[in-house]
Amino acid sequence: MTDIAIQSGGAILYAPGTSDVEIEAAARAAALQRKRTVIFWRCFILAVMLGAWEVTARTGIIDAFFYSYPSAIAERLYELVLEGTDEAPLWYHLWITMEEALIGFFFGSVFGIVFGVALGRNRMASDVLSVYIKVLNAIPRVVLAPIFILLFGFGLWSKVALSFIMVFFVVFSNAFQGVLEADRAMIANAQILGASPWQVTRSVIIPSAMSWIFASLHISFGFAIVGAIVGEFIGARYGIGFIIQTARGVHDTAEMYASIVIIVVVVLTAEYLMTLLEQRLARWRPAPVGDGHE
Amino acid sequence: MSDQQNPSVPAIELINVSRRFLSPDGKSFMTLQDFSMTVARGEFVALVGPTGCGKSTTLNLITGLGRPSSGEVRVMGQPVRGIDPRVGFVFQADALFPWRNVIDNVAAGPLFRGRPRAEAYEAAHDWIGRVGLAKFERHYPHQLSGGMRKRVALAQTFINGPEILLMDEPFSALDVQTRVVMHEELLQLWSISKASVVFVTHDLEEAIGLADKVYVLTARPATVKAIHAIDIPRPRVISEIRYEPHFIELSRTIWKDLREEVQMSSDDMKSAA
Ligand SMILES: Nc1ncnc2c1ncn2[C@@H]1O[C@H](COP(=O)(O)OP(=O)(O)O)[C@@H](O)[C@H]1O
Ligand SMILES: [Mg+2]
Repeated sequence: MTDIAIQSGGAILYAPGTSDVEIEAAARAAALQRKRTVIFWRCFILAVMLGAWEVTARTGIIDAFFYSYPSAIAERLYELVLEGTDEAPLWYHLWITMEEALIGFFFGSVFGIVFGVALGRNRMASDVLSVYIKVLNAIPRVVLAPIFILLFGFGLWSKVALSFIMVFFVVFSNAFQGVLEADRAMIANAQILGASPWQVTRSVIIPSAMSWIFASLHISFGFAIVGAIVGEFIGARYGIGFIIQTARGVHDTAEMYASIVIIVVVVLTAEYLMTLLEQRLARWRPAPVGDGHE
Repeated sequence: MSDQQNPSVPAIELINVSRRFLSPDGKSFMTLQDFSMTVARGEFVALVGPTGCGKSTTLNLITGLGRPSSGEVRVMGQPVRGIDPRVGFVFQADALFPWRNVIDNVAAGPLFRGRPRAEAYEAAHDWIGRVGLAKFERHYPHQLSGGMRKRVALAQTFINGPEILLMDEPFSALDVQTRVVMHEELLQLWSISKASVVFVTHDLEEAIGLADKVYVLTARPATVKAIHAIDIPRPRVISEIRYEPHFIELSRTIWKDLREEVQMSSDDMKSAA
């Protein structure tokens, strides 16, 4: 089996008389081998980095007080999961943060899509309003956090407002751009086939802006979490941001890093679910061409 | 109103039509100038002319997507105001909806026009069969070849029963063999539908093979340079008529007209560059 393929400068030559079955089997084996190599190197790099961190922190090359070390973080993570904090169990903190982020994300995306599409479809309105949108967009979102706390108090709604505003502009500008990029021939085709302006919006504009909108949803879930956590830094009684803030107060760096790990897991999970949803909605799209890269 | 039914009223009339566009620096330039054309009911007219002379612009005026700067455009004796439901259009570029499968694409027209779902899908099923894609109803456009996508586009247009069919270089992206097959398909669909056709192309043989009349346009600003009647009897077998002496003679005559304009327009481009 091994000598059917003759390796030559990257391309694979097959000996004359090799059957299709053999070639396919060889190709499959090569693909599997490649995948294994990728996974091996990923694990290897992770192990080296964590190992280096652990060793340098324990031997005092870097200051464990500031940087902590992986085993301490893992231990703290384990305790957090089992026992939570003095105020509440971990799942409750997580739920509070998720609630803030999800509500902000939901309304931010819905409003972003609606306004983006509406303005993209209306030249006059977009010419008039674009200057205000530029100005608002230039405000760094986090400076609004203290204002929202004043306006909406220390509870849920100040964090929702911050998440909302972080998500809204990203989704809005992508939806707007997506509408402008919609194919003109396709729009004309729909019009001549008999579509009303609303039917054009619904069955041409929105579907063709969808890949732009999804691109923005991917990044903006992360932003929704940022909004919730920054809000919690400023003032909260529960939430992952609150845990980080309290840990900072008592110089528990391991707990701060453990909280970061939790957030990373949440964001990656959300990202994964979103990719699944996108794949379901975009079944019409051609499979991306490529040679098996992920 | 009685004009609408009166068969002696032409399907399409352009009467001394001009169309200006503004260039980005604010100057206006003419694309069509004193352009006049008449298409009788059931007639197949081909427009040939150099690239950029204003052929697509002409079709846009007939659909109502564009307005003339002066002159009048009439469809079935009535001035064009907005998009006329009796008009069908086949585009050069792929204008199918890529997120809809074949049957949803073909059913789009009737659904937009408010026909009941069941009826729309029954008609779509029927039309897909007529263009020979019965096995591909559930395929998405990207899963089809260029020729198959054009068949879907034809079904999508013909399902609305257009009395006027406008086609803007619809087959220019296809390879030669596929194009000939599509020509025969088109002529067959057209002979049943009795629509009046304006077919834009830069391929002279395509124009002669399909049309009753070939309009040769001048370089921009476009006016009508010559009208040639094509007296080849129907039904025509596209793959064979191109070798007949009369066909070759017609091509030679029309090409003489066209060549001057093509040269003129390429000289224009050189001097503009
Ligand atoms: N919407 C528009 N705005 C400005 N110029 C246009 C527009 N549409 C067409 N033109 C110009 O009019 C000329 C004719 O275009 P067109 O009708 O598309 O030519 P063709 O004969 O190749 O179909 C071109 O020079 C083009 O640049
Ligand atoms: Mg054109």
